[in-house]
Amino acid sequence: MLALYAREVKLGIRAGSGALTGVLFFLAVVTVIPFGVGPDLNLLARIGPAVLWIGALLASLLALERLFQADREDGTLDLLLMSDHRHMVALTVLVKCLAHWTTGVLPLVAVTPFLGLFMNVPPLGLGAATLTLLVGTPAITFIGAVGAALTVALPRGGVLVSVLVLPLVVPVLIFGVAASRGAMADPDPFLPPFLILSALTLFFAVLGPAAAALALRHID
Amino acid sequence: MRACGNLNELPESLPAFIYVSMSDTAKQTSRLMALANPTRFLEIAGAILPWLSCAALFVLAAGLWLAFAAPEDYQQGITVRIMYIHVPFAWLAMFCYGLMALSALGTLVWRHPLADVSLKAAAPIGAVFTALALATGSIWGKPMWGTWWVWDARLTSVFVLFLMYLGIIALTRALDEPTRAARAAAILTLVGFINIPIIKFSVDWWNTLHQPASVFRFDGPTIHPSLLWPLLISALGFTLLFITLHLMAMRTEIWRRRVGTMRRLSARAAEGQAS
Repeated sequence: MLALYAREVKLGIRAGSGALTGVLFFLAVVTVIPFGVGPDLNLLARIGPAVLWIGALLASLLALERLFQADREDGTLDLLLMSDHRHMVALTVLVKCLAHWTTGVLPLVAVTPFLGLFMNVPPLGLGAATLTLLVGTPAITFIGAVGAALTVALPRGGVLVSVLVLPLVVPVLIFGVAASRGAMADPDPFLPPFLILSALTLFFAVLGPAAAALALRHID
Repeated sequence: MRACGNLNELPESLPAFIYVSMSDTAKQTSRLMALANPTRFLEIAGAILPWLSCAALFVLAAGLWLAFAAPEDYQQGITVRIMYIHVPFAWLAMFCYGLMALSALGTLVWRHPLADVSLKAAAPIGAVFTALALATGSIWGKPMWGTWWVWDARLTSVFVLFLMYLGIIALTRALDEPTRAARAAAILTLVGFINIPIIKFSVDWWNTLHQPASVFRFDGPTIHPSLLWPLLISALGFTLLFITLHLMAMRTEIWRRRVGTMRRLSARAAEGQAS
């Protein structure tokens, strides 16, 4: 499993993979917002955490399509599925998700504080947005794994993955934004939505890989 | 006309995929499995459908008449009448998803040959009922709440249900191989089932604009009987209508698959003659 993780990470940071593209897309989304809503700094500070969350969500959806497709093209996926007796397929999917998150989504979380500066988010909000993204984005990857596994056989499943996954990630987005807003505005609490967000991540860490493994084994 | 006649009585040239999955289930004698033979299902559905559609029409007409005969609400006035269609639509939106989740289990666990036909046929009907529930709700909300739409917990979760329906429809249409599409849709349906309890209990968990449950409660319904009876009859009528539509859609889907298989067989035969 560790070897699989190392292999996936190595593949993920090689040139030609989508890691940098995701960060650039995130940057583009955040840059477009002030042009759309106007450069009012107070307004931007208020919607800043939400914009960061939406940008990170869209950017992490972008790379999901490739989660299983490259492995299917060169036959690795068949080998992984056939070594069922050594490692559960669900566990393999979990490791692949974690590696995908490390290479594709962790950079997004890392650049969040800098992009937040563009949005005039106060320091406390920056910390909260980064922390909630760090805790919440794995859930997006785990849910996305189901969508990626379902559409693995389609030649151009990218848009379909986003359509299938978006309704399911709505709760993650709600509680992520609620927690980061709670850190900035006083009456709203921070801890309860943050704990629910953590619970969602743990819940989908079980459900997502299990359903994705079922899909991979049944559809191919 | 001759081709149509053939379709109805063609047990030998059934689609291969239905036959293959049937051979191992044929030994089981449970009653649900007796329906597994598509030809048998078509016979039964053909026998039931006229009665069922008549019953649905009759109950719907009765429900509609009762709904207009029922007294007006002392606060809402005549707008309360929209409840008699809004509540059945919303109930069917969830019922249909429950049915689809059962069908998904049928596909994945019991390999029931008709389960995936049922799921595929139910998805568009459910999507339409969900859209109607949202539309009637927002028509009622405009005079009552003063707005077409609010992002409250129940409205949002029903809207997410609508998106799930559309996603399932898109997925069943994107994969052209029926068995593969069936399994993919079944897995997606089961994952999306988390949303159903959220919809049901959203009005209890969050204190939102949509009114809490008033029919199915532990301490009995809080609606006055003069309003409750028309509602129940109307709900029954729409449920009968849903079952009728669902059976018809299943029948159409089976026929469509048979036509597809026959076309492929005849194309193969023509190819064999040519070479």
